[in-house]
Amino acid sequence: MKRLDVTLGQDLRHPLEEYLRMDRIPHVWCPGCGIGTTLNAFLTAVKKSGIPRKDIAVVSGIGCSGRAAGYVKLDSFHTTHGRAIPFATGLKLANPKLTVVVFAGDGDLLAIGGNHLIHAARRNMDINIICINNFNYAMTGGQFSPTTPEKARLTTAPYGSYEHPFNVPFLVDSCGATYVARWTALHVRRLTNSILEALHHPGFSFIEVISSCPTVYARRNRLGTGLDLLKFYRDNSVIKNGANTRECDIRFQEQLIVGKFVDQEKPTYHDTMTEYLSQSVGKRYVPYQGPMQGKEEDGN
Amino acid sequence: MKYWRKPLDAAQVKPPRGEVHIVINRCKGCGFCITYCPRKVLEFSEEFNRKGYHPPVVLHPENCVNCGLCEAICPDFAIWSTPVEQPEEKKENAGGK
Repeated sequence: MKRLDVTLGQDLRHPLEEYLRMDRIPHVWCPGCGIGTTLNAFLTAVKKSGIPRKDIAVVSGIGCSGRAAGYVKLDSFHTTHGRAIPFATGLKLANPKLTVVVFAGDGDLLAIGGNHLIHAARRNMDINIICINNFNYAMTGGQFSPTTPEKARLTTAPYGSYEHPFNVPFLVDSCGATYVARWTALHVRRLTNSILEALHHPGFSFIEVISSCPTVYARRNRLGTGLDLLKFYRDNSVIKNGANTRECDIRFQEQLIVGKFVDQEKPTYHDTMTEYLSQSVGKRYVPYQGPMQGKEEDGN
Repeated sequence: MKYWRKPLDAAQVKPPRGEVHIVINRCKGCGFCITYCPRKVLEFSEEFNRKGYHPPVVLHPENCVNCGLCEAICPDFAIWSTPVEQPEEKKENAGGK
C-alpha cells in the first residue's frame, strides 16, 4: 500500500475554485451525500455555459441543499423555508436578463413551497429549478416528506410510510413545465449536460436529482452507505428519454426511471406579458428591461 | 487496455494521459472516485487524513487517461486530473507507418 503524501495538493487549485467560496469549503454535507456531486455538476455546467458570473443568481431554501447558496461564488440568496421560488420569481421580474437557478430540496420545494412550485410552472417563469430529492427532511433528523416512497421507514414513520408520494416529474409536467428531467447523483455527465441545457432553455426548467442520504434515509432503512446507494442507482436506473411522466413514479427500492422527459417551447411569462400588454395598452407600454437599461454594462 | 478486438487504428491513436491531484485534508472518504474510476487508478489509503477519513491514493498513475470522472463525481471538490503532455516523436513514428 502506498503511503499517504500529506503535502500533496497543498498548493493546487481545483478547476472550480473560481466558482466556490473556498473559505467555506469543506462543506457540511455528510460523506457519501449526493448534494456535493450535484453542486459539482451545476458549477461545471455554469462554467461550460459561458454565462458571465454577474448574470447568474442562485436561490436556495432551507435544508441540507439550502446550504449550496453559501458555497457558490455567485450572487446567491439563502431564503426562508419554501420561499425560494417566490424570491427567484421576484429576481427574474426585477432583472429579466438574469439567469436564475433555484437549488433546493424536496421538502422545501414540494411541501412548504408546493404552491409556489405549481404556480411558477403554470406561469412558465423563466427560472431553472434543481430539486435535490433525498426522500426525507434530512437536516432536521429524518422526517418523511412528500416524496418518501411507501414502506420506507423514517423517524416519523417508524413502521414505514403509508402515504402516497408525489410523482414529481408528472406534477410539474401537468402544471406546464417546459423542461423536465430526472437524474441520480450517479449520472454526473448526463446531469451536467441536462443542467447546461436547462440554463439555456427559455421557460420553466425542472431537474429532479435523486440523491443519496447515507446518514438518515439509508441508515433508517438499512440500505448501507452512500456508495451502496450509488451502486443501487447503477443497477436499477433505466434511462427513458421522453418517457410518459405519468409512469415515472418511484417505489421503495424498485426500478428508477431517469432521463429527459419533457423539452418543449412555450411562451414564457415575460413573452406573454409583453405581447398581451403591447396589444391592449399599445405604444404606451414600454417593456421593462431591467436595472441596466440604457447604461453601459461595465464591471464584473 | 483490454480489447475484444484490436482497433484498426491502434497504432496511430494514443490514449491521453492524466495526472491525478488530491487535496487530502478536504476528502471525506466516501469512495465514489475509487469505485467508479474506469481504469482503477485509485485505492483507499491505510492512513487517516486530518479529519479521520481514508482518502484515496494514486496506486496506478500510469493508467490514468484524464477522463475526469473522479473530478465530476467528487462531492467535496477534493480530486481532479490534469492532462499530461506526451512526447511527440513516438506519435509521429506510429502514425507514419
